[in-house]
Amino acid sequence: MKINSGRTKAYKVISIVILVILALLFLFPLYWIVTGAFKPAQDIYAQEPVWWPTEWVTKNFDALFKKRTAPLWELAVPFSSYFTADNSPVFFSVGPTVPAAFRWLVNTVFMAVVAMILTCITAAMAGYALAKKRFVGRTIIFSLIVCAMALPKQVILIPLLKEMAALKLINNIWSVIFPTVGWPFGVFLMKQFSESIPGEILEAARVDGSSELRTFTTIVVPIVKPGIGALAIFTFINSWNDYFMQLIMLSSNSNFTIALGIATLQAETSIDMGLLMAGAALASIPIIVVFLVFQKYFTQGITMGAVKG
Amino acid sequence: MAKQPKQSMSRALQRRENINGYLFMLPSLIFFVGFVIIPMFMCIFMSLTDANMRDQALPHFIGIKNFVDLWKDEDFLGALKNTFLIVVVSVPTVCAFSLWVASAIYKLKSPVLSAFRCIFYLPVVTGSVAVTVVWKWMYDNYNGILNTALKGAGLIEKNINFLGTPGIAIWCIIIILFTTSVGQPIVLYVSALGNVDQSLVEAAEVDGANHMQVFWKIKWPQIMPTTLYILVITTINSFQCFALIQLLTSGGSDTDTVMFRIYWTAFKLTEQQGHFGYANAMGVVLAIFIAILSAVQFRLAREK
Repeated sequence: MKINSGRTKAYKVISIVILVILALLFLFPLYWIVTGAFKPAQDIYAQEPVWWPTEWVTKNFDALFKKRTAPLWELAVPFSSYFTADNSPVFFSVGPTVPAAFRWLVNTVFMAVVAMILTCITAAMAGYALAKKRFVGRTIIFSLIVCAMALPKQVILIPLLKEMAALKLINNIWSVIFPTVGWPFGVFLMKQFSESIPGEILEAARVDGSSELRTFTTIVVPIVKPGIGALAIFTFINSWNDYFMQLIMLSSNSNFTIALGIATLQAETSIDMGLLMAGAALASIPIIVVFLVFQKYFTQGITMGAVKG
Repeated sequence: MAKQPKQSMSRALQRRENINGYLFMLPSLIFFVGFVIIPMFMCIFMSLTDANMRDQALPHFIGIKNFVDLWKDEDFLGALKNTFLIVVVSVPTVCAFSLWVASAIYKLKSPVLSAFRCIFYLPVVTGSVAVTVVWKWMYDNYNGILNTALKGAGLIEKNINFLGTPGIAIWCIIIILFTTSVGQPIVLYVSALGNVDQSLVEAAEVDGANHMQVFWKIKWPQIMPTTLYILVITTINSFQCFALIQLLTSGGSDTDTVMFRIYWTAFKLTEQQGHFGYANAMGVVLAIFIAILSAVQFRLAREK
């Protein structure tokens, strides 16, 4: 044992050193985004890369904000696009004109928050039903869910686009929200969490005359709360970063998400690296902060989803 | 055990379970059926037609013509080859790397462990667009940091046009894909290794087993389900590699993948723009390959 532990210790030290180096390499792109966003032009175009900004400037953000503008919000009359000739919605409230990047952030936050709330509600209900209700067809629905999860999500994007066109939802933020809510991972996750609800409590509630909905909100939800937390943060991050779907569904400047906006700017001005880094920082810093604050729930969510994978 | 309550359930009770069950399922089912199941069937159906973006008329049923054409389509076969290269390289490396990192960190103290876990997860959270934009600059052949670093280390003499050179570009993309793929497997492996039965490990150590033996004989079989899950999700992710290609090379420099080709055929290809039927046929082929690979992985894992 003694001889062994000396060797083990050396191995441990070496592996920690390698890990730290790797961690630094993984952090580097982020470091490069943040410093790049604040570098003056001469640093950015320098032949020899400048490791630390010679001077911290906000010029890149100014350039980014000047590039495009959009109203901060546009509230449409629900379903109004079904009645206009060109399928464009009728707005009853339009916000002040601001740099488009702000509008993109508003869109992205709206999309991610709504998708998160809808997913949590629908998945918690369905997961509970799948775990605790013995209804006919339950096994079939569950196998369908597992099969769908193993399929490549992006493959259905083209038919989805056709469907959204038929629903007149194209170039509308809801066209990105609905498919996110429909993705069955959440139901699967919530079923795993709901399995642990003791049947006796549910039985006791029924005997006491509690209605189904009341049982769900007062007994089931508190028990599966950790699962809902995990699912919430998971959905939020995934929907924020689902670039492909946003690319297919959204086409006009004022409906862009931040990721899509930055990608478009990239195609337009692929040489202005400072501007692009400012955009990348704007797109990634908010979501990274959210992740760091809630990472405990997030880890739990990923792990629970795999239990029966 | 499981069947007993079902048999003893009265008919009225069963009906109540059905009604309540479906009422709770309903909101979720609307979204699931509406935006996953229906598009899935539409995808299969459209792959058998000549559906396209411009024609508003109903598409014609053309049988398996799209699939036959695919077999002869050089561009598609090239994309398929690249996709397989990405999968074959990235899946084993991602698995091995994340297993190594996880086994090196899972016994560390909790704040250090979380820090490492977060750092390796960061590229996923950062989002494909931001990640791609910064890597594009790092790969830049004029003032990219990678060229400077390699020159400084004396490995190269002249700047390399990483993304513009066929044969190199695809490896650049694999590297980025790698950094955005290891986060989730590391989280999964850390928790799986933490759940390994410690009494078995201790018993083996008392019997004089060395680290390697403990790992392969005791831990490895117990984390097998996790490995399987990781193999499947990494395979699916690698097959779907799209954003990196679209934003870095637009399929140039021999980096075309099937997913990018689908997008290109549906929305960009000039002479037959918007050929939805053909693009969907590619999607179906991709889904079939993923299904086959997942099944093979399941079979292999079960045998072991």
